[in-house]
Amino acid sequence: MAATDSVERIVLVGAGECGARVARVLREQGFAGEITMIGDEPHAPYERPPLSKAALIDDEISPVEVLPATRLAELGVELIAGTAVESLDRDRRLAVLSDRDEVTYDRLLLATGARARTLPIAGGELALTLRTIDDARALRSRLGPGRSVVVIGAGLIGLEVAASASQLGCDVAVLEAAPRALGRALPAEMADVLVKRHADEGVEVLCGVVPTDITRLGGRFAVGVGGFDQPITADVVIAGVGATPNVELARASGLSCENGIAVDDRLRTDDPAIFAAGDCCSFPHPLYEGRRIRLESWRNAHDQAVVAAANMLGGNEQHSAVPWFWSDQYDIGLQHAGLADETASSVVRDSGDGSQIRFALAPDGRLVAASGVGPGISTAKDIRVAEMLIAAGNRPDAETLADPSVSLKRLLKS
Amino acid sequence: MSNWTKACNADAVDCEDVIPVAIDGHDYAVYRSPDDDYFATDGHCTHEAFPLADGLVMDNIIECPKHNGRFDYTTGEGQGAPICENLRTYPVKVEGGSVYIDLG
Ligand SMILES: Cc1cc2nc3c(=O)[nH]c(=O)nc-3n(C[C@H](O)[C@H](O)[C@H](O)COP(=O)(O)OP(=O)(O)OC[C@H]3O[C@@H](n4cnc5c(N)ncnc54)[C@H](O)[C@@H]3O)c2cc1C
Ligand code: FES
Repeated sequence: MAATDSVERIVLVGAGECGARVARVLREQGFAGEITMIGDEPHAPYERPPLSKAALIDDEISPVEVLPATRLAELGVELIAGTAVESLDRDRRLAVLSDRDEVTYDRLLLATGARARTLPIAGGELALTLRTIDDARALRSRLGPGRSVVVIGAGLIGLEVAASASQLGCDVAVLEAAPRALGRALPAEMADVLVKRHADEGVEVLCGVVPTDITRLGGRFAVGVGGFDQPITADVVIAGVGATPNVELARASGLSCENGIAVDDRLRTDDPAIFAAGDCCSFPHPLYEGRRIRLESWRNAHDQAVVAAANMLGGNEQHSAVPWFWSDQYDIGLQHAGLADETASSVVRDSGDGSQIRFALAPDGRLVAASGVGPGISTAKDIRVAEMLIAAGNRPDAETLADPSVSLKRLLKS
Repeated sequence: MSNWTKACNADAVDCEDVIPVAIDGHDYAVYRSPDDDYFATDGHCTHEAFPLADGLVMDNIIECPKHNGRFDYTTGEGQGAPICENLRTYPVKVEGGSVYIDLG
């Protein structure tokens, strides 16, 4: 049910990628009322992706701002930074802040994001994690030539940090409990390309290795590992073991949560005045039989921001964007669109210049996912076309997909 | 003051596509629209400076290959996040099978 009362005050909880994007879209859509964005980090909204990549290699980490203070002012958005929203009074449509201030709203967006998970082992808190620019600065100050670094978790952020640390001259090893790297994110063959590149750079990725505890050893650390006689010692231990959605405020306010703040395909929570978007929410995806998923991706934060903004202003848009993310490690670029499951079959397009794309086709022939790795952005254009084919429910011919001499763009028009 | 400089052969660009052109150490992107008109812009995205010529052209839009920022390449106008700054465009003319850009 849509709330039909007039919308004059919008409160955005979380001043991250998604919150900032919503503020901008609200103005683009002509909303002239009050926008208050409340963020618990003491910064204007900045981008997180560079923090594990290019920015981590710089001597000084400076933020890539999503909305610098001057833009916020131009847009007439009030940013209350360094302040958390502690509770909601839904009957009175009131947000209570950590400094006891109260802000009323007609519509409220929860864009609270996610936080890095800590390792659930003894001494797990000794491992650094990476989510914020302050985390990145703390990590950067410990990296440098000759320093030994153990990264726990061979997911995207773990591998990106490993690549950056290695580029800074650190000695890096990556420990992964699962049988292979990037198990959740990518097909095995694509993960292999990245793992091999790490090996070429002297970064070992050890899979099936389960850390049991971390202890201090003077100024260093010892990581105990199941099945190893000796612990692994290192100057720096970093955990990249996933993120937990920030649902506490929603849950305490009585909103449903299910691997994230549960919203419908219009990004509405069960309170018609409250929406949620970005890393914090789980939603049914219409392209994948309404399967409820939660994404931690930059583009998803943007795409959902557009839908949430429209719907807070009384629209009725469905969020149906194809999931998409990228990663950069050394000079390799990875892009991935879509979602595949075990029933999909795969088709490979190998361009011969070191880049390859893997397409996943559902049993009914529909293209459901595509991932590309190669130097820089070599596969970007094709992954973008694949994304459009996925959105259109296209059933492309497998031979055309596999033939690098045929432009994929042609399939769009067929 | 105009400064017409040859950028490329007209047939070097496919219809509804883009190629990179470097002139005096500066990168440009030269476009051919679905209607066979030619356009030119700066070669790098205004977001994080990735080369636009690796991106996808759809109608009058160039989409950056890195984070899918979009510009109207006929006007240089950015089309929403993450683009905050428009793209510089240059006058173009086609003569004798060659594309010329006015570098001004
Ligand atoms: C190191 C790193 C690298 C990444 N690289 C990539 C990449 O290469 N490609 C990709 O697609 N994605 C990448 N991501 C993911 C991407 O950054 C996220 O998907 C995106 O930031 C999500 O935006 P969001 O606004 O939902 O959440 P966030 O950006 O996390 O913002 C949420 C904000 O809300 C604040 N907040 C939470 N609760 C409250 C409260 N009660 N009151 C006030 N404020 C609150 C949080 O502190 C935070 O500042 C990366 C993430 C990280 C950490
Ligand atoms: S570099 Fe072009 S969109 Fe980011």
